[in-house]
Amino acid sequence: MVELFKGIKVDWLGKRKLFFSISMVLLMIGMASLIAKGSFKYGMDFKGGTLVRVRFNEATDIGAVRNLLPDANIQAIRTAETGSGSEFQIELEKKSENEDASAGHDKVNAALSKSLAGKFEIRGSESVSAKVGGDLRRRAVQATLAALAGILVYIAFRFEWIYGAAAVFAVFHDTLVTLGFFSLFNYEINLTVIAALLTLVGYSVNDTIVVFDRVRENLKTRRRDDLETVLNDSINQTLSRTILTSGLTFLTVIALFIFGGDIINNFAFAMVIGIIVGSYSSIAVAAPLVLVYTNLRKPRVAANQR
Amino acid sequence: MNKRIRNRSIITLLITVASVYFFAGLPPSMKGLKENLRLGLDLQGGTQLVLQVNVDDALKATTDQTIESLRAQMEKSGITVRQMTRTAVDTFEARGVDESKSSDFRNLIEGSYSDFDIVSTQSDVPGTYTMKLKPRAAEEYKSQSVDQALRTISNRIDQIGVTEPVIQKRGGPGEHEIVVQFPGIDDPQKLKDIIGTPAFLELKLVQGGGPYPTKDAALQQYGGVLPTNLEVLESQRAESGGAKVYYIVNKTAAVTGRELKSAGVSRDENGRPAVSFNLNANGAARFGDFTQANVGKLLAIVLDSKVVSAPSINSRITASGQITGGGAGFAPEEARELAIVLKSGALPASMTYLEQSVVGASLGADSIKNGLLAAVVALGSVVLFVLFYYKASGINATVAMILNLVVLFGLLAYLGSTLTLPGIAGVILTIGVGIDSNVLIFERIREELRAGKTAVSAVATSFSRVFVTLVDTHLAALISATFLFVFGTSAIKGFAVTLVIGLIANMFTAVFVSRTLFEIVLARKERSETISI
Repeated sequence: MVELFKGIKVDWLGKRKLFFSISMVLLMIGMASLIAKGSFKYGMDFKGGTLVRVRFNEATDIGAVRNLLPDANIQAIRTAETGSGSEFQIELEKKSENEDASAGHDKVNAALSKSLAGKFEIRGSESVSAKVGGDLRRRAVQATLAALAGILVYIAFRFEWIYGAAAVFAVFHDTLVTLGFFSLFNYEINLTVIAALLTLVGYSVNDTIVVFDRVRENLKTRRRDDLETVLNDSINQTLSRTILTSGLTFLTVIALFIFGGDIINNFAFAMVIGIIVGSYSSIAVAAPLVLVYTNLRKPRVAANQR
Repeated sequence: MNKRIRNRSIITLLITVASVYFFAGLPPSMKGLKENLRLGLDLQGGTQLVLQVNVDDALKATTDQTIESLRAQMEKSGITVRQMTRTAVDTFEARGVDESKSSDFRNLIEGSYSDFDIVSTQSDVPGTYTMKLKPRAAEEYKSQSVDQALRTISNRIDQIGVTEPVIQKRGGPGEHEIVVQFPGIDDPQKLKDIIGTPAFLELKLVQGGGPYPTKDAALQQYGGVLPTNLEVLESQRAESGGAKVYYIVNKTAAVTGRELKSAGVSRDENGRPAVSFNLNANGAARFGDFTQANVGKLLAIVLDSKVVSAPSINSRITASGQITGGGAGFAPEEARELAIVLKSGALPASMTYLEQSVVGASLGADSIKNGLLAAVVALGSVVLFVLFYYKASGINATVAMILNLVVLFGLLAYLGSTLTLPGIAGVILTIGVGIDSNVLIFERIREELRAGKTAVSAVATSFSRVFVTLVDTHLAALISATFLFVFGTSAIKGFAVTLVIGLIANMFTAVFVSRTLFEIVLARKERSETISI
């Protein structure tokens, strides 16, 4: 039998102050980065505008492309090289609410055609009006909060309400930390990132439920032990599973991150961060919260136990 | 082999065969795969447009028509009015209504124009009434105009022959959006030309000669101020001189595109492309009377408030007419497009493009390639690990995982869901979640074995215990996937559907198939033997 984790007996709950500090630091870093930068870097689908993906037949200097754009009154806010050195992303910022969202594709086409006609191919483009972008941002926040509420109710129903609250708090923590990393590493937040965050909500809650489920099972058979011991043992019993699973899921999203191509790259980044944070938080945030709350409810019992 | 194992094996086999049949046909083939698995626009290439129907246009038109109709009715009933004007999209004002007939006026509005409410009679001018469209009626007109726009766009697209287009309404109440998808087309401009032309045809009588080189020159004919029943319209294209010209025409059209029965490409007397049209019975009768009364005058053929041409009326015309391209003439393609937009009916309102997404075939192919590579690497590395870590039981996990994917693709194809790039990400995540269920079970079995249980009892206990955990984790994940679906745009919906189906497929393979595999192995062994895990 290959075993990586045999008979582990770590006092996780005893380190809860350390864990809370780590979480606070992670959250602060994200917050500081966000404040320093003023705002998230939103993808085109959230802020409105046009993104055109262009491929040139021959190696083309980025300066040459940049020079062409202002000539035709195109406001390119970023022209980045992607891939083999002859592919570019050209972004056009949304100028007004009422502008035709679909005009950007043709504008770029016309500008490049002037002196590079026949030497390039527009591989694709996406345009979104500012109005739609604003709507999407609002709906993304609503969907995330609604998903959290749904999970809170479900876990509260299946366990006790504090377990639901702790699980949801942990997931909320994961979402914030992941968003912080997006700000810190300058990754764009777009629609697929929201999809990743909502998937993480489900995934991260998975980890927490596995631990809580073991706690529920152990509490039934070990009525003499106090909650802290049961929580610790439950985490240790499920630890091999937690680490194996996140390790394997991590393998799959790393594959996506490396091989998935740049369209899906932001999504994969969210998953890579989220899976690590999600596993950490079920041990370091959710379980300690249940203990802290229960101790607050019964201060005398808790004092006796100490 | 006992009966329970046999039954379970048969069920597993049936579901596997059915799944393969759904997504790749029987026997499975690339051709079957291509037919059954629908790829999203982001993978197969194509254009998606989201249009907003500016429904206020429809209200404006309704209010304008009501004013005209009311004016005629009042004339008939001898109720005089000084002025009637539209003051907002859904509001108009009648100023100086004959005060001795005020109850007649009220009866007329309440009887024949009950879509409107008299909302105010306050003004400096006595006998002033403000009429506003009732909110319910306004909603009705708005949703009608979206439906009509949808029909018109469908008609037009049918005629240009795009394969498998998708045209549907989007958004909740108060949002008047239409989504159109064209697989395989990566030049949006031509489509937009055809979809976006309002194509509102009006035949109007030209007044005061003309054409004029400038708008001011036209206005000079009336001392700079036009009577309220006339308007100045620009020509659609430059005349042979190289500049656009202007006509003074009646505001009220003799006949409009609503009375059009058909339209098609033809040739004018010089053999140049032209568009012929036929009017319905009602329109033909009115047009006959109108042309008879105006022989010798010019008739403006107005498309979207631009004069296309202004031939003179030589004799009474009834059912059919022809639109020529004026001095410059139509190009053949122009005539064809005009015929299409006229035949498909006018758009009830103007439209704004909210979103446009174009994916070239090569970009789509790259996305498929990247997605497949990521999936293969993910699956491969996970399989290698479980085989190393769980030995023979790793085979069990691998079978369960592959079956998980087979059932996932089967359900996707069966439900007719579209596979998008985010959907492929969903498939890869399903590999991760699928292996989670197996790890959860295997770790539990190891634990039970360590506690001294026999293999048979360890497997049985683990599966029944872990089942509870799996139900909880899957339901919680299902909750967040559901919100993802509700929130999502089409690409995200594809992802959410993949996740949901993946969760269901995983529940089946992890709990049912995996257990069956263990039982098959255990049934062949002596009671005291151990299992490789």
